[in-house]
Amino acid sequence: MRLYLNKLFLALSALSALIGLGFLTWILITLFIRGVDSLHFSLFLNDLINGGLRNLIVGQLILAGLASALGVPLGMIAGIYTREYGRGKYAEFIRDLSDIMMSAPSIVIGAFVYAFAVAPFGGTNGFAGIIALAIMMIPIIINTTDSMLSLVPKELREAGMALGASKYRVILDIVIKAAKVGIMTGILLAFARIAGETAPLLFTSGTSSYFTMNLSETFPSLTVSIYSLANEPQQSSRDLAWAASFILTMMVLVINLTGKFITRNKHK
Amino acid sequence: MEKIFQKLSLASASLVLVILLGIFATLFYEAKPAIDEFGLHFIVDKHWNQEVPIEAGDNAAAPKEEEQSVDSMLFGDDDATPMKTVFGGLIPIVGTILSTLIALVFALPIAMGIAVFLAEMASKTVSKFVGIAIELLAAIPSIIFGMWGLYYFAPIIADAFGGYQVSLLTAGLVLGIMILPFMAAITRDSMNTTPDVLIESAYALGATKFEVVKDVIFPYSKVGIIGSIILALGRALGETMAVAFLIGGIYSLPEKITDPTISIPVAMALNFGEASGLGENALFYLGLILFVLSFAIISLAKFYFLKRSKI
Repeated sequence: MRLYLNKLFLALSALSALIGLGFLTWILITLFIRGVDSLHFSLFLNDLINGGLRNLIVGQLILAGLASALGVPLGMIAGIYTREYGRGKYAEFIRDLSDIMMSAPSIVIGAFVYAFAVAPFGGTNGFAGIIALAIMMIPIIINTTDSMLSLVPKELREAGMALGASKYRVILDIVIKAAKVGIMTGILLAFARIAGETAPLLFTSGTSSYFTMNLSETFPSLTVSIYSLANEPQQSSRDLAWAASFILTMMVLVINLTGKFITRNKHK
Repeated sequence: MEKIFQKLSLASASLVLVILLGIFATLFYEAKPAIDEFGLHFIVDKHWNQEVPIEAGDNAAAPKEEEQSVDSMLFGDDDATPMKTVFGGLIPIVGTILSTLIALVFALPIAMGIAVFLAEMASKTVSKFVGIAIELLAAIPSIIFGMWGLYYFAPIIADAFGGYQVSLLTAGLVLGIMILPFMAAITRDSMNTTPDVLIESAYALGATKFEVVKDVIFPYSKVGIIGSIILALGRALGETMAVAFLIGGIYSLPEKITDPTISIPVAMALNFGEASGLGENALFYLGLILFVLSFAIISLAKFYFLKRSKI
């Protein structure tokens, strides 16, 4: 009886793992079939207004890239505070808050940014989208920086101090260098995460059918366009949405796998 | 220079606090007119953007009367009672809670199974491979889950259970698939904190794998597992895009699990663009409720973890 129960239990666990893998395969295969079907090279040369995706891909990369340019330094320095400078309750408090913020509903962050960066200026704009994505990114960067710095042995810091270097020199030249790979991976994963976000962009950047580099106007976004295209009745729009989804997912998964691969090599 | 850097780092860290307070303050400020107008009754009112008769003694919406009488003249309604437009949050709130609960019921057993498989059953190589695959599932953008769910998953569910393709059930199930990897990963991590000595002693006493998991690992990592469940719950509450594709987006209370309805994030995503005035304030009110709710739930989970790390 005990042994049968054990077998049943193990079978159920293995089945759960299969179900999880099954969903992943199902989604990826769907994306692959529908995506490759509607994928043409011309999609990369034309803008949405001419049935292509060029402006959307470039727009999404600009939004996520500039959000990283804003969020990564802020998050890293804040992470340095919570691990290196901060003592006692306040650093602990900030660490907890940033963990909580990591799970905050992204749509609410969008609404927050809308209230101060969209409504007063009369319309959706690229800057608002960047701010919203940066707010999503900062807690993730704080979290990785903080935990990667905690892995750096104390002796390294002490050795630096003993050489007479000031604390910020020790942090920037020794501690950060030692934790470089881990932090880089964290940044890659955070970038992949915000590059696929839709909800915070819905009413901040909006999306546009035209190519633009002007951040003060409504800015093209791949994810927001997927949402609107997928809900349109014409088959051609939906096909375009599938192609865009395929490109987006491949981008996100490749960045993700690269990050994982880097950490793996480091551990060997 | 040292001082500047130190101050800078303190300022960046405090930015988190500032943003969080800013979110609270902004949501509250933008929601204020709706809070003043509807008060806490908002939470149990099932009317959204509907005209309802003004109750006796309620003169808050007096200016609307005139507008309404023009309407009733047009429709030739002689004994019209004065009306006012009312926003109530009951339907999105119920939709959010029910879809999250469905997700939890669906994801919980599978996530536990995956965690046990990864932590205790599979060989190192298999565990690593399956682990990465599950993490990839977590990395897929939510909008992809929505599209796949709408065009491929929902028809199957509707065939099996009847009812509509867009419904509480399909939204909840896809939400469940989305929180699955998250829940499994944290559960596995807390299971892995069980000291090997305990596990090995149990095996040495002749326990089967099932008994080891049930009597040694689960009791030991119980707190962490509960924390992971609550954390996943907090995530599911705020999920927007996948649910927007699947829940239907209509303001009606579901009678059956297969009926379409709406959730708070979806209400915000769908109506924010065209909302103005009191409607926009009411959406911010919903956002405030969602934010407070998820903040409370995630803090609760954090406390479980904190308690655990102190033991």
